[in-house]
Amino acid sequence: MKTESIYNQPDADGFFGRYGGSFISETLAQAVEELQQAYLFYRDDPHFVVGFQEELADYVGRPSPVYFARRLSEQTGGARIFLKREDLNHTGAHKINNVIGQAMLAQRMGKRRIIAETGAGQHGVATATICARYGLECVIYMGSEDIRRQSPNVQRMELLGATVVPVESGSRTLKDAMNDAIRDWVTNVDDTFYLIGSVAGMHPYPTMVRDFQTVIGKECLLQMPALFKRLGMAKEHPDVVVACVGGGSNAIGIFHPYIEHEAVRLVGVEAAGLGLETGQHAASIQRGSAGVLHGSRSLVLQDDHGQVQHTHSISAGLDYPGVGPEHAWLHEIGRVEYVGATDDEALHAFHLLSRVEGIIPALEASHAVAHAVKLAATLPKEQVILVNLSGRGDKDMDTVMAQTGRDKR
Amino acid sequence: MSRLQATFKRLQREGRKALIPYATAGYPYADITPALMHVLVEAGADVIELGVPFSDPSADGPTIQAASERALQQGVGMPQVLEQVRQFRQSDTTTPVVLMGYANPIERYDQIRQPGAFAADAAAAGVDGVLVVDYPPEVAGDLSAQLRQHGIDLIFLLAQTSTERRIRQVAERASGYVYCVSIKGVTGAKTLDIDQVKATLARIRQHVRIPVGVGFGIRDAHTARQIAQVADAVVIGSWLIESLEGKPAADALAAASDLIRSVRRQLELDVPEQTSSPKAKNAKP
Repeated sequence: MKTESIYNQPDADGFFGRYGGSFISETLAQAVEELQQAYLFYRDDPHFVVGFQEELADYVGRPSPVYFARRLSEQTGGARIFLKREDLNHTGAHKINNVIGQAMLAQRMGKRRIIAETGAGQHGVATATICARYGLECVIYMGSEDIRRQSPNVQRMELLGATVVPVESGSRTLKDAMNDAIRDWVTNVDDTFYLIGSVAGMHPYPTMVRDFQTVIGKECLLQMPALFKRLGMAKEHPDVVVACVGGGSNAIGIFHPYIEHEAVRLVGVEAAGLGLETGQHAASIQRGSAGVLHGSRSLVLQDDHGQVQHTHSISAGLDYPGVGPEHAWLHEIGRVEYVGATDDEALHAFHLLSRVEGIIPALEASHAVAHAVKLAATLPKEQVILVNLSGRGDKDMDTVMAQTGRDKR
Repeated sequence: MSRLQATFKRLQREGRKALIPYATAGYPYADITPALMHVLVEAGADVIELGVPFSDPSADGPTIQAASERALQQGVGMPQVLEQVRQFRQSDTTTPVVLMGYANPIERYDQIRQPGAFAADAAAAGVDGVLVVDYPPEVAGDLSAQLRQHGIDLIFLLAQTSTERRIRQVAERASGYVYCVSIKGVTGAKTLDIDQVKATLARIRQHVRIPVGVGFGIRDAHTARQIAQVADAVVIGSWLIESLEGKPAADALAAASDLIRSVRRQLELDVPEQTSSPKAKNAKP
């Protein structure tokens, strides 16, 4: 592939520069090695690759469209905003792409029990969905705080036959769900496959999840020129690509195929929560420092003792104190800009997109929309911003209504 | 000779096995640790593993997670742990102390100060060994070199799932002792399978020439004795920590003493007759 000739990351040990790697206890080493070997084998296996593509087409409904958000663009008075509609995927977010890939791998490895962590519940729902489809046992770890915030998704997972295990340790959110999933994996290592939902974790997860998610950006590379032609625009690529970054899987999925197209600006939007200066946020790249969490070295929000800090974001899916190691690397080499959007900005974008385009975005994706709207106003009309609309917002209705009610009071 | 080497040599000479209690530093109270360490030694501990609290202890079960969280709430981090070791060393210069924890507090210690600061400060405090749960041999190179420079042993884990290649890799790099994880699972989990442990130890000893300790899941004195019959050292962690839970300081110290004494008594049943009293080594200098 052309991309790999220029941007050839990670190295054989899973390092993106100084980030990544495999920082795991010996009790997991064998399972992780087994997974590394299986992945390296199957990603080049034509049957596996074709099977994956067929699942994405027939079951997920890919390719997802790119949509020109005309009214939203007009509101900004600046650049034109296009949306990559990952919210239209089966189960309502980009998460399903990766889940299918890993579940297919689990089947080939003979693992019949799938475990996963979830924050917003989208990855949990996608995992429960595929386990139902493939007839696999499914256990989802979810922080009790997130269960409260995302109850419709908990009901979905249970409807699909999954067992949802509430996690009561630490901050009771995504990071703690991940710790408990790792503990389960160590204990049931023979028959269990740990299906990680983001580009975090030990090697090979950051690479494997990225590879399964790059279908998003690869489709855009083909869709954008065709769409530009139809709209009478003399362009091949967008000028800017914007995506939200929690762990960073939707962002890496749309960014990665554009990395070698150096004229394309890539912007990752982190959850700035109540504001980057308040300490109440989840902006690991902008406010974190190098640290080892969940099996890899990346940028982590931590105190002076190396204890991982509690984060805050209105969106459960971005509420994670680390970030995929490849993002830390892309930040370090300056290829991707990372900015923040606050809770209020995301909420505003949530309402705005709903009202002017008839699209209810997930609160995670609302962060990307918020920044795109802000950025568009500063750019000329000829410029194009492509936003990865990574999920739909039905799951966030409770959160948004509660917030709106609070504001009214 | 390092304190760890000297201890294992003495034990071998006496026909004894090492009893290694694990305590989370700063649990149940921030300032109890030096006193607890002395009590453990008086009760018959040969080496002390001191757990460094971490916010995300993904290899630990609920007991050590909770102890870690409690210690963190009381502000106990790496600098406090090193201070506790320093205090302990003021009146015990012979019992080896091993820090057990996760990579991030160590990396952060150097990041805030300077590269190599942890190894230097740990040595100055009187630390003898360091076990980093999430540093497999592949990524432990830098720390290993820094610790060696200060005469500190880097201790590695091996498990029943470890392949022969990995056992060899650890055998090449390990010093002090090797810690064999007795179960598939996290600390304090279900009861272990003694035959499985024997089989794993046999595989480990084909390559590892230094003492091998066994831990994770030893929850009674009888099991401890069975393990001591086949291993060089027995590690008691979650069981000990549970005995401290919810007790005032004096009661917690007494409970720890009783528990370690009961294990020591079981272990002594297998010591050859001619060996002198185990208390001799604990005489105050």
